[in-house]
Amino acid sequence: MRRLNTLEELDKFRQELLSKRDPNKPCISICAGAGCLASGAGEVIAAFKSEIEKHTLNAEVDIKGTGCPGFCERGPVVVIYPEEICYLQVTPEDVPEIVTRTIKEKQVLDRLLYVDATTGEKAIHEYDIPFYKNQERNVICNNIKIDSKSIDDYLAISGYSALTKVFFQMTGEEVLQEVKKSRLRGRGGAGFPTGQKWEGSRNDSEKIKYVIVNADEGDPGAFMDRALLEGNPHSILEGLIIGGYAIGAREGYIYVRQEYPLAVVNINLAIKQAEEYGLLGKNILGSGFDFIVKVHQGAGAFVCGESTALMTALEGRVGEPRPKYVRSNIKGLWDKPSVLNNVETWANIPLIINKGADWFTQIGTEGSKGTKIFSLVGKITNTGLVEIPMGMTLKDIIYKIGGGIPGGKKFKAVQTGGPSGGCISEEMLDLEVGFDELTRAGSMMGSGGMIVMDEDTCMVDVARYFINFLTDESCGKCIPCREGLRQMKKILTNITEGKGKEGDIELLEVLSETAIEASLCALGKSAPNPFLSSLHYFRGEYEAHVREKRCPALYCKDLIKYYIDPGKCSACMICLKKCPVNAIDGEKKKIHIIDQEKCTNCGTCFEVCPVRFGAVKKISGELLPSPIADEERIITR
Amino acid sequence: MNEILLQIDGKQVKGKEGTTVLEAAQSAGISIPKLCHHEKLIPFGGCRLCIVEVGSGDRIKLVVSCVYQIEENLVVKTRSEKVDRIRKTLLELLLAHAPDSPQLKELAGVYGADRDCFEKEASFCIHCGLCVRYCAEVKKLNAVGFVGRGINKEICFIPEIASKECHNCLECFPLCPTSYLQAAFVLTEALAFSDASYGNLAKE
Repeated sequence: MRRLNTLEELDKFRQELLSKRDPNKPCISICAGAGCLASGAGEVIAAFKSEIEKHTLNAEVDIKGTGCPGFCERGPVVVIYPEEICYLQVTPEDVPEIVTRTIKEKQVLDRLLYVDATTGEKAIHEYDIPFYKNQERNVICNNIKIDSKSIDDYLAISGYSALTKVFFQMTGEEVLQEVKKSRLRGRGGAGFPTGQKWEGSRNDSEKIKYVIVNADEGDPGAFMDRALLEGNPHSILEGLIIGGYAIGAREGYIYVRQEYPLAVVNINLAIKQAEEYGLLGKNILGSGFDFIVKVHQGAGAFVCGESTALMTALEGRVGEPRPKYVRSNIKGLWDKPSVLNNVETWANIPLIINKGADWFTQIGTEGSKGTKIFSLVGKITNTGLVEIPMGMTLKDIIYKIGGGIPGGKKFKAVQTGGPSGGCISEEMLDLEVGFDELTRAGSMMGSGGMIVMDEDTCMVDVARYFINFLTDESCGKCIPCREGLRQMKKILTNITEGKGKEGDIELLEVLSETAIEASLCALGKSAPNPFLSSLHYFRGEYEAHVREKRCPALYCKDLIKYYIDPGKCSACMICLKKCPVNAIDGEKKKIHIIDQEKCTNCGTCFEVCPVRFGAVKKISGELLPSPIADEERIITR
Repeated sequence: MNEILLQIDGKQVKGKEGTTVLEAAQSAGISIPKLCHHEKLIPFGGCRLCIVEVGSGDRIKLVVSCVYQIEENLVVKTRSEKVDRIRKTLLELLLAHAPDSPQLKELAGVYGADRDCFEKEASFCIHCGLCVRYCAEVKKLNAVGFVGRGINKEICFIPEIASKECHNCLECFPLCPTSYLQAAFVLTEALAFSDASYGNLAKE
């Protein structure tokens, strides 16, 4: 590796890189993101390496471990260039055939292609798959094009060209104006205008300033930032250096949660490579601008994603939010002006610089510009990361991209915005996704978690789950959050256990008001959202739990009973044998009945009863039909 | 330092730039309830009881007065229906932990807080941090600190420091708004952990 001292040296180096690369050379790229690695991508990569070796194709074929392309549901994902053939759920056993048939004989293996569940049509290319076809992938698209551990790959796709543009063609003020003009809003949760945040820091007379990446992505089910930091770490670095240049900071921090080990490895590697190339350090490319970046690993506290708690933790103290009414872009890290942006926000910066604010503002809605990455999870056919233009409807995201609800179930609600977001019901599915639109619907954009729930989901239990999460994650400093959430959790738990009483809902509302109005930080202020939004859209479910001790979704264990319909039971003995507490009475040709005294409501009988019988039922809030007489239990047919 | 003029509960009040609403109110003889504030300590903003309304018309917001700095012509209301309701709820939450704390009982009387609103959970400490911060900021000893996070947070004396320093001080005890005895107990526990304390305990 060599240090690049000037713009010309970088350009020359880039030309050399490109001249060595043949776009028609076959390349096998395998997703090496955390999701695919968990489903065996590591073994697939190893298998490709040894198979290519076996065929002595090393010189003719490249193998790449890339960033996450987002289609985690069907991982490990393999794309073969130059044809861009996309194979899904590839196992090491598939590898020999892929090498012989696809690489050598240039044939497509039908069985590994995406098959459309409704039309039965097969898609050869990634861009033909509905999951991808309906997205607009500006930020995450490069993940699949590069080896996430290679700076040369990033340079080969014009990486760091935004950086050279700002260094040699723009002043800091011009960079700031461009970002302001783009109307980019923070992707981390609050949606604060990025340019405005930068401006406050830039205009401050303080000499020492900081730029910080918030990579403490703690929302359950959210992994956008992980995919970007793991898959394309240089794009984050590039954005961060540009931010430093714009506001006059010489030092950047990346606060990354330690639960993302691969992201930590990749970003550290990226920093080391950038330092060696002279893209970080003193007098970068001869521009006269110095900049260094340090990585700080979190210690597992969700609250450290809150800006002031994050900065306190960076300073080496317990990560608790600060009570001050001063914005951290004025007094932040060590009381110096500090711009803290989320990973995805930083990743948008090089794009805005390269393509211009006018390009960026063409995408999205009036109040929310650009694209947003969501992690689409829960009861959805296509789990994964989706990048869409702001303004797409929830319905299109869930049905066109997500492929709808699996198992023929009915859609019930979608939870957006992480644990302190809200649940949105079916009648709101035409809602266009944007910061203000989601807030008005009682939820929020948050960092982009999107959890889809089907008819089997109990909304009271969902609220209990999220409040429980937030109670655990409260830092404990202020009373409305620590004590208020503790009580909310208790009351919600009681309601789901059939111990709810009149007045509980009202008490929860009072506690919500106190948490919203009086909490110290955003965690407490937004914590009641899961309760308030589910109450707004599903009040009937709360009332059924409290008044009738009934769970309409037939989910809450303490409120349901299992019952075998004698008209449907075929006395097959399956449930009887599987019952872990021997609560089922019966024999061959004798209709089974559940001894309610012994039954623990584990649901095993319900799960194992063959679909063609469907004899085991869940009932809630009504009396069990009285058992049939013994002599009627004999099946004579 | 510039002098700033503001209005608290309809009264014209003067204060120095950089001071808080709570300080301005106190200097004017207007009382605002608080549990975690101490004049010698950096504002903590933990108990939230000193919450007040600032602004007027449709630009009213709730802020905690121990942290919020005064501004020229700021209009402050130390009590309103909403402020009182929040204080009542905060007190009820605390009474679940220390139902017979005289300080809490007195405030409960003012705001109509029901000591039996929530199920009792005898943990006494309300995490105001007065002992912890007093020891760190005034005594510069750090003999007592917080351990754990969130609902599991507790105060804890550090045996090595406590055994040397606490017997001659005990200044943190009377600061405790709920349970002086609990601090004593936690200290005793800490001392039982430290070899150095045997001598001291024997003397008593």
